[in-house]
Formats: sequence, C-alpha cells, structure tokens
Amino acid sequence: MTDLSRRKLIIGGLAATAGVSGLGLAARIARRYGLIPPDHGGIYGLGETLTYASQRLLTRHSLAREFHPSQISKRPLANEIPPLNEAFKRLQAGGFADWRLSVNGMVDRPASFSLAQLRSYPSRSQITQLQCEEGWSYIAEWIGVPLSHVLEVVGIHSQARFVVYFSIDPNWWESIDMVDALHPQTFLAYGMNGNELPVGNGGPLRMRLPRQLGYKSVKFITNLTVTDSLKSFGKGLGSASPETGYAWYAGI
Amino acid sequence: MISHPRFYWGETGNVLTTPLFKLPIPSSRALVPTGYGYVLPDQNGWSRYLHFQAAWVVVLTGLLYIVSALFTGHLRKNLLPGKPDRSLRAFSTAIAHHLRFERPSEAEAWSYNMLQRLTYLFVIFILFPLVIWTGLAMSPAFVSAVPATVTLLGGQQSARTIHFFVSLALLLFVLVHVVMVCLAGFRSRMRAMITGRAGTHMERT
Repeated sequence: MTDLSRRKLIIGGLAATAGVSGLGLAARIARRYGLIPPDHGGIYGLGETLTYASQRLLTRHSLAREFHPSQISKRPLANEIPPLNEAFKRLQAGGFADWRLSVNGMVDRPASFSLAQLRSYPSRSQITQLQCEEGWSYIAEWIGVPLSHVLEVVGIHSQARFVVYFSIDPNWWESIDMVDALHPQTFLAYGMNGNELPVGNGGPLRMRLPRQLGYKSVKFITNLTVTDSLKSFGKGLGSASPETGYAWYAGI
Repeated sequence: MISHPRFYWGETGNVLTTPLFKLPIPSSRALVPTGYGYVLPDQNGWSRYLHFQAAWVVVLTGLLYIVSALFTGHLRKNLLPGKPDRSLRAFSTAIAHHLRFERPSEAEAWSYNMLQRLTYLFVIFILFPLVIWTGLAMSPAFVSAVPATVTLLGGQQSARTIHFFVSLALLLFVLVHVVMVCLAGFRSRMRAMITGRAGTHMERT
C-alpha cells in the first residue's frame, strides 16, 4: 500500500490497542457482574456469552407471562423420561412419604425436608407455559414453594453465586445463577392443575423455571447445593446439559 | 424442526393437540408420531449453539450494514427505485419485461433494476426484521421483559410457524441469489462484490 502514512500507522496502532484493552476490560466487568456463563469456552462460547449477558441485563427482574385459567392445556403432555431407577420405585411404593430434599453447600443450616414440610410453607401457584427446546409447549398451573423461601429457611452465604440441583437420576442435574434462584417464579413444584404433580410431569418434586426452556426444569429433585463456583461439579461446565452438547443457559 | 416437525397456531401445541400442518419427514424424537419406523439421531445441542451464534452475527453485521447504507447514501442511490420507476405503470412494465426474459439494456446492467431493488428492500426491511422478531418471540426470557413481542403475533407457536416460513423465504432468496450470480458470471460478480467496483469488461457465460 502506497498511502500507508505514519499518521495512519499511529492511529491504527492506537485503535488496535484500545480495542484489545477494551475487550479485556469488558471481560473483567462481565465476570464481576456475573455475565459469563460456565459454558463460555469453545467455538460457540461467544454467542452463548452474548445471549446470557444481554438477557441478564434485560431480564433481571422481569416476570414470565402468566395465563388465564381458561388457557390451561386440556392434557399437559408428559414427555418421555429416562427409566426410573430402583430408589425412585421404592419411594413411589411408599407414596413418597420418605422423599427427601436435602439442601447443603454454602448455607448456615443444612437441612433435609420432607414433602409434608415443603407443603407446610406458604404455597404459591402460577399459570405458565412449559416450553420444550424441541418446539412443543403446554400451559399448566404449577403449585409449589418458591425456591427463594427454602433458601431463606436454610440461610445462604453472601458469597453464594449458583444453586445446583440434582434429580434422583444421577445423570440429571442443572444449575442456575442467583438471579434465577431468587426469582419469584422459580418454584419447587409439587402440584399441578389443583392436584399432586403426576410422576410423568416430574412428581413428586420438580424444579419449575418458566423463564428458561423445559430442560432446566429438572424432574424428581432430591438435592440442592448452594455454591460460589461450578468448577467442581461434573466437567465444570455448569450442568449435565453442556456435557451432552446443550447450552447451560436456556433463556434463549 | 426435525425434533418436532409439527407446526401450530396460537400459544401452545404438542403431540396431543391438532397441528396446523406436519412436515412429511422423520423426527429425532420417538415422542412424535411421524409414520416412519425409525428415529433420527439428536443433533439439537450443537445446532442450537450454532443457530444463536449465527443470529448474533446476523444482528450485528445487519445493524452495521443498515447504518452504513443510510450514511453513505447506498440506500438512496442503489436500493430505492429511481424517480421514474416509482409508479405502478413502471412496475407492471418491469414485471412484463422480466417475464419475457428480455435481456437488460446496457445501462441497466450497471445498476440494480427496479425488481432487484424492491427484492433487496423486502429482504432487508421485511424478512430480516420479521425473522429476528419471531425468533425473539420464542425466547421465554426475552418475552418476560417485552411480552408484546409474542402477544402481537398471537402466541409462541404462531411465532414459531411464522419463523419457519420466513426462514424458508430467506433460504430461497439466498439460493436464487447464488444462481443469479453464477449466471451473470461468477468471477466478475465476485470481483465486483469484494472490491465494490464493477469490472471493466463483462464476462459472457
């Protein structure tokens, strides 16, 4: 190039330096404010980070749409579930009387709740849509205790950043950030459409998270772990989903 | 699409409800009754990541393109139909010429004709905004912040159905576009696209 003057070189160099340090600064700020998802590595990490960061900024307090009772789906579709294990079948035979939800990690008072105890807490209901990543959906009334209430009972530490939740199926676990964990519509759901939550829909206890796709609403919940880092869970990608190729954050 | 090749209208839809239409293809989920005796392997994870990464590329480069088209006068000079072309009569004449496969005049070959201009405007200002809008309308998080995104479309399943048709229209546009580039002379057209200057001699194919 003949027209590459010294001035252009200096301006170009300054712009490049500003660009690189700007990106570095942006990454530090993003990390500080929890805008980087645990599955940010790899070739799709940039798109995933942009989606998570922008939705975190936009939807911190927003509520998922709630519907009129007349809009409840006549038949709430029970999706295929992996074969239920022996532990589940034993508890099912006993009418789930011995079902326990243990809560541990960064909490003041680790605890183990029975379903009766969870039902004794103020119950809430929401008529929201369950939207599957496959493309189908249904609307149901979900009854349960807000996760925030259970977290208040056990007392979470101020450094807590994520809640990891486990199904009775050991391969099925997810995690959410504190924005979602403390969100008023995030439920531990034990009822549906005025009845107990059917096994096909995740009974006796299911996480319900209407601002994310269905696969984050893990069925048959038995444990919650409060943590400040997801590194020590599984492969450190945040949940079982990224380990099988699915995004950790499913607000899409 | 392959995990659920059924499309609905309204808020909800699943295998227990009546679809608007079904695609006659096998599915990657055993849950869907397709009539095929087999289930395709699940490819949703990586393709979902790729989809949203591509969506960001489209939105960011699209914004850059629109802003630069406004400021450089590209929109006014090359995309809006010229003054004499802004009439129904000129429009119908152009359609008639096009249907008769008439060769463009020498002058016309150096800029976009009216039909090309209208197509580009339609793609830039109707199809792309619509595909982004209907896409956002399917995001449970985004619609929690801006519910009108989905309510104006009549529901999340309506958004999915519209998204499907608009994506098909964009795909068709890309295919026709590539075919036309090949017909008009692949090398000279590519050179023109990359350098921003039309070649000094026309390639004949």
